[in-house]
Amino acid sequence: MGDARASLVDFVGVEKSYGAVQALDGADFSLGAGECVGVVGHNGAGKSTLMHVLNGGVTPDRGRLVVAGAEQLHWTSARAQALGLRCVFQELSLCPNLTVAENARVVHPAIYGFGWRRRAGRLILDKLDEIFPGHGVRPGDLVQDLTIGRRQMVEIARAFSVSDAAARLVILDEPTSSLDAHTAAQLLAHVRRSVEAGVSCVLISHILGEVLSACDRIVVMRDGKVVLADVARNFDRAKLVGAMGGIEPESPRAQGAAAIGARGETRVVVRLRPERQADDREFVALEGEIVGLAGLAGHGQTDLLLATFAAASHSRATATVSAPVALVAGDRQSDGVFPGWSIANNIGVRSLKKFRSGPLLSGRLEDKLANAWRERIKIRTPDVHSNILSLSGGNQQKALFARALASDARIMLMDDPMRGVDFGTKLEVYDLIRAEAARGRTFLWYTTEVEELKNCDRAYVFRNGAIVAELARDELNEEQVIHSSFAGVA
Amino acid sequence: MSVAAAVPPANASGAEWRRRLRAALPALSLALVIAAIAWLNPRAISYFGFTLMLNLAIPIALATMAQMFVIAGNDLDLSIGTFVGFVCCVAATWLRDEPGLGVLTLIGCVALYAALGALIYLRNLPSIVVTLGMSFVWQGLAILLLPKPGGKAPGWLLAIMGVKPPFIPFPIVAAVVIAGVGYFGLMRTSYGAILRASGGNALAIERAGWSLLRAKMTLFALAGIFGVLSGMALVGITTSADANIGNGYTLLSIAGVILGGGEFVGGSVSPIGAVLGALTMAMAASPLLTFMHIPPDWQVAANGAILIIVLAARVVITRKGSDR
Repeated sequence: MGDARASLVDFVGVEKSYGAVQALDGADFSLGAGECVGVVGHNGAGKSTLMHVLNGGVTPDRGRLVVAGAEQLHWTSARAQALGLRCVFQELSLCPNLTVAENARVVHPAIYGFGWRRRAGRLILDKLDEIFPGHGVRPGDLVQDLTIGRRQMVEIARAFSVSDAAARLVILDEPTSSLDAHTAAQLLAHVRRSVEAGVSCVLISHILGEVLSACDRIVVMRDGKVVLADVARNFDRAKLVGAMGGIEPESPRAQGAAAIGARGETRVVVRLRPERQADDREFVALEGEIVGLAGLAGHGQTDLLLATFAAASHSRATATVSAPVALVAGDRQSDGVFPGWSIANNIGVRSLKKFRSGPLLSGRLEDKLANAWRERIKIRTPDVHSNILSLSGGNQQKALFARALASDARIMLMDDPMRGVDFGTKLEVYDLIRAEAARGRTFLWYTTEVEELKNCDRAYVFRNGAIVAELARDELNEEQVIHSSFAGVA
Repeated sequence: MSVAAAVPPANASGAEWRRRLRAALPALSLALVIAAIAWLNPRAISYFGFTLMLNLAIPIALATMAQMFVIAGNDLDLSIGTFVGFVCCVAATWLRDEPGLGVLTLIGCVALYAALGALIYLRNLPSIVVTLGMSFVWQGLAILLLPKPGGKAPGWLLAIMGVKPPFIPFPIVAAVVIAGVGYFGLMRTSYGAILRASGGNALAIERAGWSLLRAKMTLFALAGIFGVLSGMALVGITTSADANIGNGYTLLSIAGVILGGGEFVGGSVSPIGAVLGALTMAMAASPLLTFMHIPPDWQVAANGAILIIVLAARVVITRKGSDR
């Protein structure tokens, strides 16, 4: 397409990796002045990373960045700001302890001196009135007292507000996730008006209807690349979903897992209803089954795992969990490893009862257990007494698996445990999971990678904290999961 | 339908009322302490009575203000007490005998505070550890300077602290001035908003292009300035100094900030509340307990109990506020 409009942003071959994870793998992205571009893709497709590169928050490993007609060799947040790039992030960037007006002042250094509070308040209030008539926000309100939806409105209005430097590009990352349908429509109407007035917009959204209706052009990302970019009217929902998921030949299933008979033949070990489930669907897991929790990230999968964990120790009316549980954390550094401890300590901490010898713990028994698991799952270390942090990320994760598997737990709760783990380790762990399932252990496996779901016997797809679909083993492919994750979203 | 739509709009008037109640809590607890004193000993409620009871409130209020600036940036200053003691020693010796050296030393102290802020920010060190270390440094310096209690405050300092304004006792005038300066400086200036924002959401401030280093250094320098003022006010009241004179101020200042509605994290502080908190601590510390005929041996413990009760009341009000 020959763009008649002047190009504002041109990215060529942008690459960025975090350890073993290639977040951007040669992405090309361009944006014209006065154009609204929609960016869609599944979790981990690289959308957010690309936007962070665009606003200067992330420095790419490789790639050419041309912004406003000049190649940017030292692209930083400050430079992006100076060129009029504004962002509305998924994680709100307001200061909760300040008032709405004071928050406006934070991004407008030009507002200072006598009467600055009145001017900042006027600026943000005018913009709020323009975008969200009837918003009900006062400039003197503390942000921490506002509802999440109103905070989002303030954040959006702030990005569009203008003091000295004009806004040339506003990046909206999931702006409607906490807005109701009415305010979301107000926002999209404002986006269209701004675009007509010459401001460029980038809209990232999981709500495909919004993207199709509000954008001039749509860019589809997958695996850190832009796989398809075209004018919006050439797309429809089916084509978007197809492009996001990729229609690929079904890969032969990894070798046979434990055969699962019809329900009822095996014992149900977990049965509970997600808290926000409106209908009467239930989450059920059988003995020896690997159950996947799928859907977009953060739509209630972790909550379900935590609810299961809680129900195992304090029985509740709404949940039955009939065996001991162990959790394998996904965020290793914050929820998983004890950073000051040795590998052996880290593996043994869930099984202290086994090490009891009189009133004390026996270090010999702990070493024995740790060494046995080191052999079994091939933790690459010469000595289990080394600090856990001496291991690579993948091996730390193996140690966490060993902690759970070495324990007396019969139900394993896995909270996206393969985040940032290299491919070889993943394959080893998959084998281990299948072997343990064959011995009757149950796995509840939350994963954001559709590829991993193929190791599961069944999967539940979550949206907004509730189960929206249950997929049988032969339905577990990317298209189905994406379809279920988005189905029915206006 | 999104999540926001599912949450009913908070009961505006109820939330508003609770917020006001919370904001008024520091004033209420001060009023309660004064009412208790008035009931126990009506004669204490007089010009002379307040001057006497609130005498030591001025340095406590200044130290509390210093602590408040540090807490606004999500840090804690465990050295403020011994720092006040050191300033007392400097004021009672060098400032009187060699004013040039004394002034230079005090300015150097403020610069050192700013440097500590820079160190804490740049090396990402826990402020508790750094200031705990500094508390021993200040105490050691104070003992070197004044091994035995003694010295004498400069005459002009004694004169300032001895002012007797008509009708309103001096400590109350001073408290109003301190609260006013803190309020306008931190709550009303445009850079004050950035300073508080650095405690509320540092990442957002950095993204918006502000220097967090500058903010942290400013906050610590302000703490240093108010610490110096606190020490000078204290020595102006006691007329002579002792290396251990300020040791209790560390905890008093933290208690004052929290009593005044501040939070340990999140940049939520209130200068007016902090001064009210300091006054409450000063009144509850000894006049109230003396009037209650609590023997001095038990006063420290009783003081702590008062603190726990007031803070518990605040937590109850706050928690009800967050239950929707």
